[in-house]
Amino acid sequence: MVDARGYSCPIPVVMVQRAVKAENPKALTVLVDEQVCVENVTRFAKASGYAVSVTRDGEDYRMELTK
Amino acid sequence: MKKVNWTVVLSGVAVGIAALLLSALGNPANMGFCIACFERDMAGGLGLHAAAKVQYIRPEIIGLVLGAFIMALVKGEFRAKGGSSAATRFILGAMVMIGALVFLGCPLRMVLRLGGGDLNALVALVGFALGIFIGAQFIKRGFSLKRTYTMGAAEGAVLPAFMIVVGLAFVLFPALFKTSEEGPGSMRAPFFIALAIALVVGALAQRSRLCMVGGLRDAMLFQDFKLLYGFIAILAVTIVGKLALGHMGWGKLTPFNLGFAGQPVAHSSHLWNFLGMVLAGWGSVLLGGCPLRQLILAGEGNGDSAITVFGMIAGAAISHNFGLAGNPDANGVVGGISLTGKIVVLAGFLVLLAISLINLPKGQNKQA
Repeated sequence: MVDARGYSCPIPVVMVQRAVKAENPKALTVLVDEQVCVENVTRFAKASGYAVSVTRDGEDYRMELTK
Repeated sequence: MKKVNWTVVLSGVAVGIAALLLSALGNPANMGFCIACFERDMAGGLGLHAAAKVQYIRPEIIGLVLGAFIMALVKGEFRAKGGSSAATRFILGAMVMIGALVFLGCPLRMVLRLGGGDLNALVALVGFALGIFIGAQFIKRGFSLKRTYTMGAAEGAVLPAFMIVVGLAFVLFPALFKTSEEGPGSMRAPFFIALAIALVVGALAQRSRLCMVGGLRDAMLFQDFKLLYGFIAILAVTIVGKLALGHMGWGKLTPFNLGFAGQPVAHSSHLWNFLGMVLAGWGSVLLGGCPLRQLILAGEGNGDSAITVFGMIAGAAISHNFGLAGNPDANGVVGGISLTGKIVVLAGFLVLLAISLINLPKGQNKQA
């Protein structure tokens, strides 16, 4: 689980990148609170071979990355 | 990843056209837009420094912030937030400004100068890229200025409100402010036209997240070229515009002029153009965006970016009060910067290095 709420891009993408590099997880939950970060994390996740689903949770976005 | 993001390209094209238009209407050559220069002029207009040639309340800065503010409100993207190392950001803003004024331009003006054929900007671009590369190494290792928090709406409205107050006061009581009678500060497009153009550009930049630092940074970090298209679009439009319209004598637009010497509001002290933009690039990466992006983010309610803008204005005042800024070449004599300016640029690297190291994740400083 990567909690990137409160961080502005590119930091959330780097946090996801570091998590992917360290553990190469099959599934990863990412929390962000900016629409632009959803877009950026999605772009990175897809390029790294993950499928992405996003649900809105109040002000936050919950992203499920799976591969 | 290969898909071109057309919003960014469109926004880049609009910025390029707006810059050409503003230069044709009277802004200094290759300075249709320059966030660093215009914040410096504003600092002068407010009497924070006494450099008589660079004092004017620039409507472009006001318009960019308010354009982004209005667009963010319309799109429901206005979010008041802050609390992410405000004091550090103030210092970083000042450092970016000092570096940019050594070169005589923010990253955006660097692109515009390059588009006008000013090869000094090419030297600066190499430095800028190196600065981004250095900053990106720290980002990659987990550097961050810590998270932001949701704030009350008033905190997010500080910079838009400041711009409205300063703009209104300037229109109603211009004598309160200092206004250059010669030099770059005296060269200006008509106030309300410039304001209108900047409102449109601010709104577009809010939509597209256009950022001069983000393009190279994301390309280096993630091989993500989205923002780089905006950078390239501005450059392409400026080159074509200067080649075509400049030679036709379109308003006050100067023609494309390839070379190092005789460039408008520029100097060819190569080492310092290079190092100035290393400082600006590195600082901007730590801040998360170029000077233009800081104005747009502040318009969207980001109090951390607002404090960065105030830091930049303070940096401009420091630059001119202590004679750190670059002096343009004049009458065949190469300008450049003073000894104090050189020392401060080098000291600036130490400040950035300290900030970069201190804000790495705990326990990883040694690996970095």
